[in-house]
Amino acid sequence: MASTEIARQAGEGARAVPLSGHVGFDSMPDQLVNKSVNHGFCFNILCVGETGLGKSTLMDTLFNTKFEGEPTQHNQPGVTLKSNTYELQESNVRLKLTMVNTVGFGDQINKEDSYKSIVEFIDAQFEAYLQEELKIKRTLHSYHDTRIHACLYFIAPTGHSLKSLDLVTMKKLDSKVNIIPIIAKSDAISKSELAKFKIKITSELVSNGVQIYQFPTDDESVAEINSTMNSHLPFAVVGSTEEVKIGNKMVKARQYPWGTVQVENENHCDFVKLREMLIRVNMEDLREQTHTRHYELYRRCKLEEMGFKDTDPDSKPFSLQETYEAKRNEFMGELQKKEEEMRQMFVQRVKEKEAELKEAEKELHEKFDRLKKLHQDEKKKLEEKKKALDDEVNTFKQKKTAAELLLNQAQQAGGSTTLKRDKERKNFF
Amino acid sequence: MSESAKPHPPSSQAKGEKSHAGEFGYVGIDAILEQMRRKAMKQGFELNIMVVGQSGLGKSTLMNTLFKSKVSRKSAQPNPEERIPKTIEIKSISHDIEEKGVRMKLTVIDTPGFGDHINNENCWQPIMKFINDQYEAYLQEEININRKKRIPDSRVHCCIYFIPPTGHCLRPLDVEFMRRLSKVVNIVPVIAKADTLTLEERDFFKQKIREELRANEIDVYPQKEFDEDAEDRMINDKIREMIPFAVVGSDQEYQVNGKRILGRKTKWGTIEVENIAHCEFAYLRDLLIRTHMQNIKDITSSIHFETYRVRRLNESNVIVFLTKKTTKVVKKGSLKKLVD
Repeated sequence: MASTEIARQAGEGARAVPLSGHVGFDSMPDQLVNKSVNHGFCFNILCVGETGLGKSTLMDTLFNTKFEGEPTQHNQPGVTLKSNTYELQESNVRLKLTMVNTVGFGDQINKEDSYKSIVEFIDAQFEAYLQEELKIKRTLHSYHDTRIHACLYFIAPTGHSLKSLDLVTMKKLDSKVNIIPIIAKSDAISKSELAKFKIKITSELVSNGVQIYQFPTDDESVAEINSTMNSHLPFAVVGSTEEVKIGNKMVKARQYPWGTVQVENENHCDFVKLREMLIRVNMEDLREQTHTRHYELYRRCKLEEMGFKDTDPDSKPFSLQETYEAKRNEFMGELQKKEEEMRQMFVQRVKEKEAELKEAEKELHEKFDRLKKLHQDEKKKLEEKKKALDDEVNTFKQKKTAAELLLNQAQQAGGSTTLKRDKERKNFF
Repeated sequence: MSESAKPHPPSSQAKGEKSHAGEFGYVGIDAILEQMRRKAMKQGFELNIMVVGQSGLGKSTLMNTLFKSKVSRKSAQPNPEERIPKTIEIKSISHDIEEKGVRMKLTVIDTPGFGDHINNENCWQPIMKFINDQYEAYLQEEININRKKRIPDSRVHCCIYFIPPTGHCLRPLDVEFMRRLSKVVNIVPVIAKADTLTLEERDFFKQKIREELRANEIDVYPQKEFDEDAEDRMINDKIREMIPFAVVGSDQEYQVNGKRILGRKTKWGTIEVENIAHCEFAYLRDLLIRTHMQNIKDITSSIHFETYRVRRLNESNVIVFLTKKTTKVVKKGSLKKLVD
């Protein structure tokens, strides 16, 4: 039997070797991209904002399609999340886009719990992914990823400051999802007010410690554009799917009596910037941040909550199994205890029921006896009465026979007085 | 609920072009390809290749030829010894290579001593153990609570098996090794030092090898069952008709027809390594590096690694995953019995 010696040369790092010719692995990024194209991409956006801020319209404008037929009904008591999946295709790229809308956010009188359903939803997506990852037989590469990659937070265009609902919600969401705040329906604010509004918002976010998504500036090719965009946050957007003829082109715009707001005009609103950042430059980074930062945080918390700990490198391998076993035994013990309890309770209940039934039986017996006795008493009485009656009948009969005898004697003695006596007798009877 | 919606844009959009605001209807979803490419270039790639074969078959030379640089262990050692080690060693050397902005960490794993002893029983065991150890390390890292952002991938992606050019058929050692290892790693068999075979002998040899592989149910890369669609199958069928590749390796350049090319100079002629009329090195290189590298890595991670993971987790006897609402007890599923 041969044994092994595993030797790693050149220390931990690798030697850098120069190539003397064209090898060909520069096609690796192409191969990777081809594989992804065949596989398709998925991207999930969550739109959080009060009713009427133009969430659905903005989504339609961003992706250039009419997504939903009619606006959603707003008569539910709490905040519900509606999610819709669409398949878009552009050149050879297939995108599975999921949009989640918060219906009824900010509509309640008491808004303390508004953020809860949103947080629950996000956690549920993480949980589903975690479950899939921990399965024994898993299919990660064909799993439809439903984790939220970007959260667009719609701020109402009041022009003053953030509402407390906004601050609270964003604070709760910033560790779970990439938040991109945008000012909705920004054609309601004038340019100077807008600048002040943006400054106020960013300072409020900073002072409250809300970590919104920062566009990455570590890659030189996009660092410049990303850092300029970072300074324009939050984006002031206007959404519109209607087209208006300006000059000789049809552009998406909102037409007012005093002028037309062009959606794709950078002087009018920041829509182009939003589209640029969200889709064309940072989509992949958003997905990566979701996976490596937010999901990992969730996973770590969840596993630690269950009591699993990392072991140090030189302890026995795979002691996760021991923790699992310990938990399992604990759980089984609890299960057994519960079973015992239930059994005992059941037995007790049965006993009680039995006792009750016995009581009832006894009562019934007594009743029966009583009735029987009553019946016998009555019977006796009736028999006595009968006897008395019989005695009477007998005495009467005797009297009758005695009377007849006398009559016969009398007849034999003197027949003449029979008529009279007959009459008397007849009268007598 | 899923609807298929097509945005209005014309389909003739160049990939990765940042569109102007005026261009009507272009959303820019395909810019994600460019983003992915950028990310990949920044991160770099990793590739781990293992070479297995008797000593003297030209393994190190072939590696040097494939990657056009001194990547073999002999080049890494200051004083290369020519002894055959008493036990099978596994030597793994990493290199950082770069081409046109694409950085790659290439690890070549050499197995000196394989098949060189008189009694070669169980000589595949150290190799199997090494491969499984890499899977184990990856699994441990993946299971950790505090995981690294990028788990270092030391799993063996591809194992090149060198068949000596006897011209007859596979030896029992070859059959045994390939049978066992094809279940845990992608095996690419090559006929080494193919310049000792004439073309007819080569074809005959290849046919014999293919028959024997089929008879012993050995599934070498590209495996038939992992073909994704008809297009894949077509491409892979063409490759399957050509394996095992008959290769010649060389790291010396000669002047032929005014060009400097890699080759072997003999008294009766010069064998050009990259000439497909002479040997099939170019096909091997294209398969491994230019077209199927990503596929090899995918099969390793999504099939071989997952098989190992299933087996390992089943062995540790059950996983109870306690959630707040339900308890899922995953029973020991059907174990895929791996050999050994």
